[in-house]
Amino acid sequence: MAEIRLEAVTKNFGDTTAVANVDLTVRDGEFVVLLGPTGAGKTTTLRLIAGLEKPDEGRLFIGGRDAAPLSPAERDVAFVFQQYSLYPHLSVYENLAFPLRSPVRRRDEATIRKTVERVASMLRIEKKLQNRATRLSGGEMQRVAIGRALVRSPSIYLMDEPLSSLDAKLRSDMRLELQHIQRDLGATMLYVTHDQIEAMTMATRIGVLDHGRLVQVGTPREIYEAPRNVYVATRLGMPSINLLPAAAFAGQPMPPGAATIGARTEHVVVGRTTQGRSAAAKVDWIEHLGDQNHLHLSLGEHKLVTLVDPDMALSVGDAVDLSLKGALYFGADGERIAA
Amino acid sequence: MSGASTTAHSVVEPSANSKRLAGFLVILYAVVSMVPLAWIFATGWKTPPDSISYPPKVVFNPSLEGYCNLFTTRTRQTAEYIAALGAPNGECDEVTRRREMVIAGASNYLPRFANSLIIAFGSTFLAVSLGVFSAYAFSRFKIPLADDLLFFILSTRMMPPIAVAIPIYLMYRALGLSDSALGMILLYTAVNVSLAVWLLKGFIDEIPREYEEAAMIDGYTRLQAFFKVVLPQAATGIAATAIFCMIFAWNEYAFAVLLTSGQAQTAPPFIPTIIGEGGMDWPAVGAGTTLFLIPIVVFTVLLRKHLLRGITFGAVRK
Repeated sequence: MAEIRLEAVTKNFGDTTAVANVDLTVRDGEFVVLLGPTGAGKTTTLRLIAGLEKPDEGRLFIGGRDAAPLSPAERDVAFVFQQYSLYPHLSVYENLAFPLRSPVRRRDEATIRKTVERVASMLRIEKKLQNRATRLSGGEMQRVAIGRALVRSPSIYLMDEPLSSLDAKLRSDMRLELQHIQRDLGATMLYVTHDQIEAMTMATRIGVLDHGRLVQVGTPREIYEAPRNVYVATRLGMPSINLLPAAAFAGQPMPPGAATIGARTEHVVVGRTTQGRSAAAKVDWIEHLGDQNHLHLSLGEHKLVTLVDPDMALSVGDAVDLSLKGALYFGADGERIAA
Repeated sequence: MSGASTTAHSVVEPSANSKRLAGFLVILYAVVSMVPLAWIFATGWKTPPDSISYPPKVVFNPSLEGYCNLFTTRTRQTAEYIAALGAPNGECDEVTRRREMVIAGASNYLPRFANSLIIAFGSTFLAVSLGVFSAYAFSRFKIPLADDLLFFILSTRMMPPIAVAIPIYLMYRALGLSDSALGMILLYTAVNVSLAVWLLKGFIDEIPREYEEAAMIDGYTRLQAFFKVVLPQAATGIAATAIFCMIFAWNEYAFAVLLTSGQAQTAPPFIPTIIGEGGMDWPAVGAGTTLFLIPIVVFTVLLRKHLLRGITFGAVRK
């Protein structure tokens, strides 16, 4: 296990900058999740660390050592690709044994067998070991891909959306499984996803990427409660944060300079009675989720989505009063202003 | 298609009638294209008079004379001389004596056939090896002027190879490569390598880079990853390319006539020379041609299963 440190790393592909001046330290044993939409530079960051791409600028250290002269094999990282990349001409067993048979970390066959069987049973694919890698379901392939990383004890695990093609049930199982594995091994892990639930539940720290720039790094709680700007605020939260111009809640006390109100569902208080500092809204639509209802509201020309208790008897067209409780405020430049 | 024959089949399934028609056409085409082969095969088992009889004999008594004449050289002798000899030594001896000849020695067919094997396999191996490395480089690395280089490589196929026969003849004479197996291997390799690069580049382009990247992260160098991961997956393409190269090198006639005459002569220019030895010996030509077909058929059949694509598909999500 080792610490990874990126110092002002930049990578361009032609005219586009995939990774821009990123500083990031993944501490030993830490589970860091990089969050961002497609094209934010998440995968490129992983590939730079793995040595599959060379940075145009900046430096990269693995376990305190400058990684620049090291080949991918010498960096001692494990990489789980989004596309599985199982070797199609090999069986599941041979796929899992492949890293252990490499010239740089050759093990004897008995050790290989033991390791492969241990990992296979951990991932519940022990019955599939003799199958061809192509004769598996998507979920099984993804588990083999994860298993190929787990047979080794690399200095860092790099995972590129490893759960993206699993169904919802298997995904939540694997999410727990990965957290246990990470904790048991004390593994350093850098994990890329655009799924905010994965980021929130698994990460020690989250790094939010936007067009190659690392906008904010912090614990899931920090990112959720104290986003640096509007962009970070919109990355987390279900339903996503409501962004309203400050004028929509003219009666509310606001920090000076606030141009935009960021109201998460817990910041929005829906009431029937008219109170002092509230605004009147109309119910547009209600989605019943069982334990909760999604309430679609219009406040003047603005739309909001919030969660309400299903006990609250509302129907489409009802007028409700809205007030804010501890909302986030952003200036005209999109940066957050402390309330 | 008549509306009455609607069945439970899906709409893309051809009807029974169109399948029958397709089958008939395929069989008809196969029969038509097999006739010359059958003719050659039959001629090999005829006697010389049967082979030139008109109308052609479809039913005949098979004779070993063609094969005997193919493998031997014979000299004419008087009847008295032949009568004075002891009992004939085997079938061929007997057949030869019936024509008032005796066997003088072995013909050049076997050495020429061996030349063909060496030159065809040698040049195929070289062309495919060079092709697969170049194709990998063109597919994976940023090569300056890659498109122009690829076009240049392809352009060597834009004229018939024989158009450059005379410069090559002069060049080979100056370099001492005339009538040498090495010269023929290099020549056929040069002709085939462009085809090999283009064919194999297409196959390698389709192998996702992630496989090599995964292997490199798993502790292999690029070259090891190439051998362990790329080559097995390119097997289909390599087999197909090898068959095309092999067929060209095996059947090539014009250069072989021009550049080889003795030592390094291949079977194609040798077989027609049989005709001249003691009359129109068509059965020997038929026999020589039949045997000549065998290696290429075996080679193709052995590699056939690799030609079936699709076995490696599906392990990378697209």
